[in-house]
Amino acid sequence: MTTPTLPASLVENPRLDRWICFQPDRTVRIATGKVEIGQGVVTAIGQIAADELDVPLNRVAVLSGDTDNGPDEMYTTSSLSIEVSGSSVRLVCAEVRAKALERAALRLNCSRDELTVVDGQFLQNGMATGQDYWTVASEIDFTQAATGTAAPKAANLYRVVGRSIPRLDLPAKVSGAAFLHDVRPPRLLHARTLRQPSRGATLATLDEAAIRRAAKGELQIIRDANFVAFVSPVEGVAQAAAAAAPQHATWNNVRRIESAQQEAAWLQGQPSDDRHIGAPPATVATTQRVQASFSRPYIAHASLAPSCALAEFRDGHLTIHSHGQGMHPLRRNLAAALGLPPDAITARHLHGAGCYGHNGADDAALDAALIAMRLPGHCIRLQWRREEEFGFEPVGPAMLVTLHVALDERGRPADWTTEIWSGTHVQRPGTGSGFLLATEAMANPPPEVKPTDPPEARGGGATRNAVPLYDVPAHRIVHHLVLRPPVRTSALRGLGALPNVFAIESLLDDLAARIGEDPVAYRLSILSEPRARRLIEAVAERAGWSGRGPAGSGKGLGLGFARYKNRAAYAAVVAAVTVQESVRVDRVWCVADAGLVVNPDGARNQLEGGIVQAISWTLKEQVRLDEQGISSRDWDSYPILRFSEVPDIHVELTDGAGNPSLGVGECTVGPTAAAIGNAVKHALGVRIHDMPLTRERIMGALLNT
Amino acid sequence: MPAPAEETSMVLAFTVNDVAQQIDAPQDTSLLDVLRNHLGLMGTRYGCGLEQCGCCMVLVDGEPAYACTREVGTVAGRAVTTIEGLGTPTNPHPLQRAFLDEQAGQCGYCLSGIVVSAKALLDRNPNPSRADIVAALDKHLCRCGAHLRILRAVERAAADMRAGRPA
Repeated sequence: MTTPTLPASLVENPRLDRWICFQPDRTVRIATGKVEIGQGVVTAIGQIAADELDVPLNRVAVLSGDTDNGPDEMYTTSSLSIEVSGSSVRLVCAEVRAKALERAALRLNCSRDELTVVDGQFLQNGMATGQDYWTVASEIDFTQAATGTAAPKAANLYRVVGRSIPRLDLPAKVSGAAFLHDVRPPRLLHARTLRQPSRGATLATLDEAAIRRAAKGELQIIRDANFVAFVSPVEGVAQAAAAAAPQHATWNNVRRIESAQQEAAWLQGQPSDDRHIGAPPATVATTQRVQASFSRPYIAHASLAPSCALAEFRDGHLTIHSHGQGMHPLRRNLAAALGLPPDAITARHLHGAGCYGHNGADDAALDAALIAMRLPGHCIRLQWRREEEFGFEPVGPAMLVTLHVALDERGRPADWTTEIWSGTHVQRPGTGSGFLLATEAMANPPPEVKPTDPPEARGGGATRNAVPLYDVPAHRIVHHLVLRPPVRTSALRGLGALPNVFAIESLLDDLAARIGEDPVAYRLSILSEPRARRLIEAVAERAGWSGRGPAGSGKGLGLGFARYKNRAAYAAVVAAVTVQESVRVDRVWCVADAGLVVNPDGARNQLEGGIVQAISWTLKEQVRLDEQGISSRDWDSYPILRFSEVPDIHVELTDGAGNPSLGVGECTVGPTAAAIGNAVKHALGVRIHDMPLTRERIMGALLNT
Repeated sequence: MPAPAEETSMVLAFTVNDVAQQIDAPQDTSLLDVLRNHLGLMGTRYGCGLEQCGCCMVLVDGEPAYACTREVGTVAGRAVTTIEGLGTPTNPHPLQRAFLDEQAGQCGYCLSGIVVSAKALLDRNPNPSRADIVAALDKHLCRCGAHLRILRAVERAAADMRAGRPA
């Protein structure tokens, strides 16, 4: 018998009891290291377990993000929760089901084949036996490692998977308290911080008396080198102190930057680590060579809630509640920063606002922990201020992408180079090259390390989706990892996929236009992957592509396509736009292939949300810099898409039940940006290469023609 | 001599979700702070403190108001309604039920403010057009992109309420 290949999460967390526990209240607790960030993962994981165990969904309690009782699955990222955690839960449940039936057969002195499971009860030839999971659970050794040898159910037997089960977490969220921000434990103290303006800055003076006057109430000021926090039993007092503090503090050695550094164009020529990935340039018998550059600026996660954390240090043990994307990595990072052993820390996830990547959540947890260590026995509730969230969260890196393409005699790409300039896409402490923010304010900050980007084996960072999925005989990537961008950068939904897909799909439209071909027909002529072809054909049909009018009318229809990471879900998007002085997206059609879909409505919700967020990035968003750092620190200076700007969106999932599940959270963002860029080109007859596609860029492009 | 903060502190009387409340707080305390930290009503959320996002929307005498900047002294004698005043998971308001029916949300942080604004709209216009709903909600931000589901949910709630369907 061959050993089955286990999902990475199961290899790292082999013990069954890390995943499953039959509880006295006749529920079964399923634990996952992936956390709910509004994407519906808790519901979907519950569905998988309910089907595999044949228990009703209301007997499944999903425990998500708990270092004491759940598996370590690193971070909730890269649209991998269903692929990796879901498949682990499925295998564990199949194995436990088999073990439980084996025990029941022994008890009943019957053959296992006579037993079936209905609503968690074991029936013998259809008759009640009095046996169920809970009666036999004590006879199963849950400390054993999962082997993955019990075959999960065939997909055609699923009864809960594949159904649009309403999200389990949503009722509380439209009724009242539902978030970490809403928890008020006993002995609570509210805290806010004064942030070190930049790494290396030192606090010269702090007028504590002035801050206390502004705070108007009981206030403790905690200082640890260049880390400052204001703590009060009254939230308004801590808030008032923090609001006043910047005017009463002076700093030395503040890093000065220039606003020109906010543009992606600044990256070219900066010191970088350079890599050449892929085939050497092909000898192409052509003189037709094309080069074009595209860019995206720094963009913010711009979570609707400021980052927040609860921390309590009691009897030598630190308990943290956080809305970060990975509790086990957070525990390790806190342990390293605080000099505690990891088992002296418990980290538990509670809901926060959508984060879309690595935002301030983990940093807030360290802020809270630093204060809690100084005030043992109190629960510290640390919340960032709005300007702190915008000003100090890691941002999505600016990217400049230049495509160098040699064409064959038919105008098709014969040789392709994607050249990229970007800061790192992952500075998650532990896995990336970053630190929790407040460690830089300590007396002995960790040494600055050279940034790295995720390897291509994990989908890459800046290089994510840099290779077109089309039939290109020879291709390569030149990656310039810019070492010192002006701001801290880290993971934001899709990483480099959005700028790369925007660049590739824009150029494909322009290559089609060079030889007078329709963009859809041109793509299909160089795309042999059947799943991809089917989507492009389907979305073109839905959008009425055959009736697409001439270019330059002010109305445009554009298409974008990609398979996320070239190995996850496929999405083809068509956007219809009207361009006057600015761009308005009128309608969007999307057809996606995500293989087996656990919760179709949940998947559609993710696809729609990705489309809306990508429209917002493409049309509106850019982090602004001034001498002090990020200057776009509120929603007026960092506008996002509003209700009045959201188009009609039609989303369709193809029937992918014959294929494994593929995560859908990020697959629409690149195709949406590209579809809008191509629609704007169609509307204007002019290509805009740089995001966001603002009124100024449109006027500039029109003036240049 | 009393401290400046105490000079403006007095007992304020107003109703919250039809319950009479007496709050001893400085008049310039934000209504948001009072709702969350004095009354334990956590459905009204802090987002920006700048009247830019709508997470803190409540009704004051039936009109939408940003609780983050509204001084509690200005609601003395008035009626404040928060999301908790609409319904509960077991006894939801038609709007709350419609939001669940449409699965209108992702992270959900924006939803309580949006539902409150939608209630003010439906109270004065039981049959709003899509454009009316967009106009009423345009001051609210949603970062996850659940906008279209939210608009459908408000339309569904309006239809349910016109048809007199019980919550």
